[in-house]
Amino acid sequence: MTMIEGHTAIEPPKGVPVWDVDPYDPAILSDPGEYYAELRSKGPFAYIPKYSILACGRHEETKEVFSDWQRFVSSRGVGLQDFKLEKPWRPQSIVVEADPPYHSQNRKVLARAMSPKAISALKEGFQIAADRLIDELVARGTFEAVEDLAEAYPVSIFPDAVGLQEGNKRCLIDYGAMVFNGLGPDNKLRQNAMAMGPDIVPWINEQCQRSKIDPGGFGETIFAAADAGEINEEEAGMLVRSLLSAGVDTTVTGIGSTVWCLATNPDQFERLKDDPDLLRPAFEEVLRYTSPVHSFCRTADVDTEVAGISIKKGTKILCVLGAANSDETQWPDAGKFDVARRPMGHLAMGTGIHGCVGQNLARAEVGAVLNAIINKVDKIELAGDAVWRPNNAIHALDKLPVKFTGK
Amino acid sequence: MTKVTFISADGIKTVVDAKDGDSLMQTAVNNSVDGIVGECGGSMMCATCHVYVDAAFADRLPPLSDSEDEMLDSTVAERRQTSRLSCQIEIGPDVEGIIVHTPEEQQ
Ligand code: HEM
Ligand code: FES
Repeated sequence: MTMIEGHTAIEPPKGVPVWDVDPYDPAILSDPGEYYAELRSKGPFAYIPKYSILACGRHEETKEVFSDWQRFVSSRGVGLQDFKLEKPWRPQSIVVEADPPYHSQNRKVLARAMSPKAISALKEGFQIAADRLIDELVARGTFEAVEDLAEAYPVSIFPDAVGLQEGNKRCLIDYGAMVFNGLGPDNKLRQNAMAMGPDIVPWINEQCQRSKIDPGGFGETIFAAADAGEINEEEAGMLVRSLLSAGVDTTVTGIGSTVWCLATNPDQFERLKDDPDLLRPAFEEVLRYTSPVHSFCRTADVDTEVAGISIKKGTKILCVLGAANSDETQWPDAGKFDVARRPMGHLAMGTGIHGCVGQNLARAEVGAVLNAIINKVDKIELAGDAVWRPNNAIHALDKLPVKFTGK
Repeated sequence: MTKVTFISADGIKTVVDAKDGDSLMQTAVNNSVDGIVGECGGSMMCATCHVYVDAAFADRLPPLSDSEDEMLDSTVAERRQTSRLSCQIEIGPDVEGIIVHTPEEQQ
């Protein structure tokens, strides 16, 4: 058995084209549009020799592989490494890197902590914080939207929502980016991320202990589940860690991308200001159009077939969510950002049993920011070039200089 | 194909031939039935696909899972004995003719 990037090397299955591309090339990660289109044009799957994986990017098959947890498991890792064969760099997640029935028990606790009802109770505070921040930014006029808005906002509310006693801005943001880079191959991005570990991981692990969690947030609900015997103390800590891994860098990306979409599509911003009922659908369109999580893997746990293609047990499949979300057969005129599209069925938050368990929080945060923007900002313009930050699993902005003109 | 009927809070009836294997939520969304949002796409996170299942059909559905039961506590409209999440109802011969009532509000 030959290993490559921590998983079993495979032969290209019959009928699957070989495509000599590096999906983790920083140039592709920064500007993935053409790569997405070419991947879809190859057919349901392409074989990528550099990593000996299959990649899929058409909506239909991507959805099938990404949601069929019985055939395509998550417990063997959602990055290139196969946890059945290699030890992951950190203890394996008990949610995103787990399968039923163990997954169900743990997910249920997070779903409760961040249920629509739980999030509703936070909305007023979220709006106050968003209004204050947008007022400040309008007063400043020109600012750096990644740092001053996309990062500043989640960091101002997330620690309290969880019940963290300390909010270390850099650790919270960089841990997410580190975890997501960790899903890729052993490239520079992953190596640099791993090198940051000693500065970040001890702080993160410390915040996951019961003694570091104040009452009144998601953390309290999680530890209450441990008291009730649904999960054990260690699992409760691991669930807090899931929030710290997936809960900040993702929303930072969501907010940055929202501002970018509006700055670069002024007609769509006008429509949104005219019809605030489009606020929720507009964020769905931002998700579809920018796919903050651009790709995650699954591992075939059985010999199986998708779209007539035989897939061998142990095959790693890169599910390119960004490609699926720009599939013309699913969304006519997919290359256009349209706030009224209502793109039901996009895969940006995943789908099925692993579908994002933090999505209510993400929607509430971005909703509060968007609401403040449409109430207070008349015009959004780029004040320099938008720069994307390559990451092995996240498509995020690095720099976004913008100018807000107040109403 | 399976026949399903949606009745809105103000009494508007929509009859649809649903594709077997789809969820009732997907059926509603694909046919632009007002009154079902399905924001999370069926991951049981949003409770915006809430319906009241006509009592005559209640025993044709599989029982509530723990997760569905908990999520039903987050519906915007009142939860009743007949409340279900339509994303958890699979279309097939078992539910032929099912009638569901959509609540006044989902969000
Ligand atoms: C715009 C923001 C967000 C995006 C685009 C996003 C995207 C995703 C995606 C694509 C998945 C599916 C992973 C898979 O199937 O393997 C997922 C799962 C998950 N997300 Fe999010 N997410 C966002 C925000 C959040 C937030 C705010 C939190 C927590 C506070 C969170 C926590 C999680 C967790 C714990 C899972 C694993 C769920 C499971 O495996 O059952 N996410 N997210
Ligand atoms: S569609 Fe979200 S809970 Fe059913």
